[in-house]
Amino acid sequence: MNFDFSDDQKFLKNEARKFLEAQCPTSRVRKVLDEDAKSFDEDLWKAVGEQGWLGAAIPEQYNGLGLGRLELCVIAEELGRAVAPIPFASTVYFLAEAVMLAGSEEQKAYLLPRIAAGEVIGAMAVSEGPGVTSASTLQATVEGGTLNGVKLPVTDGDIANVALVLAKENGKPGLFIADLTDASVTRDALKTLDPTRDAARLTFKDAPVRRLGEAGQGFELLEQINDRAAVLLAFEQCGGADRCLEMAKSYALERYAFGRVIGSYQAIKHKLADIYVKNELARSNAYYGAWALNTDAPELPVAASAARIAGSEAYWFASKENIQTHGGIGFTWEMDCHLHYRRSRQLSLVAGAPRVWKERLVSQLERRNAAA
Amino acid sequence: MDFKDTPEEAAYRQQVREWLAANAPKKREGDPDPLGESSDGLAASKAWQAKKAAAGYACITWPKEWGGQGGNPIQQVIFGQEESAFPTPGNPFQIGLGMCVPTVMTFADEDTKKRFVGPAIRGEEIWCQLFSEPSGGSDVAGARTRAERAPDGSGDWIINGQKVWTTGAQFSDFGIVICRTNPDAPKHKGMTMFWIDMKDPGVEVRPIHQMSGGSGFNEVFFTDLRVKDSQRLGAVDDGWRVSLVTLMNERLAVGGASGAGWSAFLESARQTPGLDGGAAIKDQALREKLADWYVQAEGLKHTRNRTMTALSKGETPGPESSIGKIISAVQMQELANSAVEMLDQYGIINDPSLAPLRGAFQASLMSAPGMRIAGGTDEILRNIIAERVLGLPGDIRVDKDVAFKDLPTGR
Repeated sequence: MNFDFSDDQKFLKNEARKFLEAQCPTSRVRKVLDEDAKSFDEDLWKAVGEQGWLGAAIPEQYNGLGLGRLELCVIAEELGRAVAPIPFASTVYFLAEAVMLAGSEEQKAYLLPRIAAGEVIGAMAVSEGPGVTSASTLQATVEGGTLNGVKLPVTDGDIANVALVLAKENGKPGLFIADLTDASVTRDALKTLDPTRDAARLTFKDAPVRRLGEAGQGFELLEQINDRAAVLLAFEQCGGADRCLEMAKSYALERYAFGRVIGSYQAIKHKLADIYVKNELARSNAYYGAWALNTDAPELPVAASAARIAGSEAYWFASKENIQTHGGIGFTWEMDCHLHYRRSRQLSLVAGAPRVWKERLVSQLERRNAAA
Repeated sequence: MDFKDTPEEAAYRQQVREWLAANAPKKREGDPDPLGESSDGLAASKAWQAKKAAAGYACITWPKEWGGQGGNPIQQVIFGQEESAFPTPGNPFQIGLGMCVPTVMTFADEDTKKRFVGPAIRGEEIWCQLFSEPSGGSDVAGARTRAERAPDGSGDWIINGQKVWTTGAQFSDFGIVICRTNPDAPKHKGMTMFWIDMKDPGVEVRPIHQMSGGSGFNEVFFTDLRVKDSQRLGAVDDGWRVSLVTLMNERLAVGGASGAGWSAFLESARQTPGLDGGAAIKDQALREKLADWYVQAEGLKHTRNRTMTALSKGETPGPESSIGKIISAVQMQELANSAVEMLDQYGIINDPSLAPLRGAFQASLMSAPGMRIAGGTDEILRNIIAERVLGLPGDIRVDKDVAFKDLPTGR
C-alpha cells in the first residue's frame, strides 16, 4: 500500500508553498480584490510560468515538463491555500487537459507549447444564464465554422485569449475552440462573489471556431474534462480549507473572552474538530481522485465526483466557521477570512454546483448496482 | 501512488494466504458475534485462536519469546485482511490481547507474565477490562470502586464496588480493574490497578439489558473480593499511569461502526415504492443523502489506506486515523433512520420475517445510539481531536487539585 505522494512530490509541494508565501501573500491577493482595473496578478502569473507549473503535466514534446498529474495536484493544493489570483485552473486544469484529452495533433502542437510558455490564458465558456446548462437549454450555435451566442459567466473570460465554448452544431452539442482576440468577440467584465478571480460575459458574432473532439460529443467530452478539473480543483479546496482551519486555530489560541482563550471552550474546540474531520475526508477523497486521474482509471468519474463533493463541503464549512470563530473582526473587509469564503464559492460553482455532482455520482452508483 | 504491496508485503501476504487456505475453517461455526449473548461460538473461537497461536499468527507484532512473530503492524493488517475472507469464528480475545495482557506484560513480575501470556495468546483464557463505572464512563479517573488493605496485616487488598459496560465479562477468566486506593488524594493520584480472577466468589457478573434488546455488556459487582498484593500492576496510587498504557494499546483496536451502509440503502431504495409510485431512489432528497453517505464512506476507506501507507513505511500513522467513529456512528444512525422513513408506515415493522433485509436497518437504528457512546462518545472524541491533534487547551478542570472524597458528585 502506497497511498501517498512520493518524496519528490512532497518536495515540490514544499517548494511551491515557499514560493507562494514569498510571491503571493494575501496583500498581493488584496490588490486584485481592491482594484477594479486589476483582474488578475500578472506578475504572479509570469512567475508561475517561469517555475514551469503551467506545463507541469504537458509532455516534453510540447515543451512541457512532462511530469504526471500528481505533481499538478500538489501545486493545486498550494495555489488554493494561497488564494492565488491567477487563471491557473482555467488554463491548466481545463484548457490544457481538454486539448491533451481530445485535441487533434495540430491543436496540440499549436496550443500546448503556448500554454507551457505562458502565452495562452484559457477559459471555459459553458454557462449561458441562471441554472444548469443542458442540451435543452443550450442556445449558442455553430454554423459553417462560425459561432453565435452569449456565454456568462466565463471565468477568466476578460483576460483569456483562447476559450472552449459549448455550442450546438447541426442541433448537436459540441465543444469549440475560439480565439478571443478576434474582433468578432465582445467581452464585458462581470462583478462576482469572488473579485480575486476574473469573469466576463462573452458575446460571439460570427466568430471563427474549430471543433475539439468528435461532433455531437460536447456534453460527454465536457464531463470528461470536468472530471479531470474536479480532482485538481478538489486539491485547491483542500489547501484553502486547511488554511482556514489554521487561521481559526491560531485566532482561537490568542483571543481572550471571559478571562480565557476562546480555544479552551468546547463550543469552539468541537467546531474546529468538525472542520478537521471534514478536511481529512476531503483530502482522502482527493487522494483517490488523484490516483484515478493519474492512472486514467475507469473509476475516475466516481472518484472525481466524490473528491469534488467532499472538497466543496469541506471548504465551504471551513470558510464560514472560520469567520464565526473570529467573531466580529472576521466580518471586516480587512481580515482575510472573506477571501476564503469568496473563493470557496468560486471553486464550488466553477465546474458545476455540488448538487449536480451528487446527482451524477448517484446515477453512476445506480448503474453499478444494477449491473452487479 | 498505488495500492500495491511492496515485494516484502506481497511475499508475506502469499505466505498468509497459503496458511489460511490450509488451516482456516471453510464454514462458520457458532455465534459470529463474540460479544453476543450466547457462548456457543466460544469453543470454535478458542480452537481457531490456538491454531493461529501455534503458527505465530495470534499476535504477529509481539516478540517471538512471548509467542508472537516479531512482525510489524502492516503484517498484522495484511493477516486481518486475508483472514476476513474466511468464515472464521468471532474473536473474544481482542480486548485481552490488545489491552489487558500488554498491561500485565508491562507491569507484572516475570512469574506472573509466564503464567498468563501463553494461555492468553493460545485462547485458553479470556480477559476483560474493568474501567467504566456507573459514576463515570468518559471520566474514567472518577472510579469509586474501593481497594483497601486487609486489616489482618497480610498485605492483601479487599475490593468493593461496581463496574459497568464490561465487554465479555460473562465468559472471562481474568480481568484488570482500576480501583480507588486513596480518596484523600486528587482523583488521578489515588488509584491502583490490579489483575483479578473473574471466577472468584467475590465477583458477580450480571448482563445489562440494552435498549436495543440485546445484552452484549455486563455489570460487574465486587463484594469483599480479596486479592494478593502481588496482583497489583504498577505502584500503589499510580493506577492512572498504568491505565494510560492500557488505553494506548487500544489505538490499533479502533474500529468504525458497521451495520447496513450506503449500498444496502441504494439496493433498498431501488426496490421500495416512492412518491408517485416510482422507486424511492428517484426521490432527489434521498439521492443527495446517498451521495453524502457514499462520499463519507469513501473518505473513511481512503483515510484507512493513508494509515496503512504510514504503517507500511514503518511510520506512526498520523492523527487522521482518529476520525473514523465520529463519522461512522452518526452515519449509521442517520442512514438507518432514512431507510426506515423511506418505508413510510411500514418502516415501524422490525419483524425480520417482514422487514426488508431481515430488519437490518431497524436493528442498526436501535444499536446506533450505543455506537455513538462506546469507546469514546462523539463529544469526548471531539475533545481528543481538538486537544491532541489541533493542540487546543484542555478544559479548565475543577477536579484536579481536590481530594477525591471532597469532589461534588451530584448525589
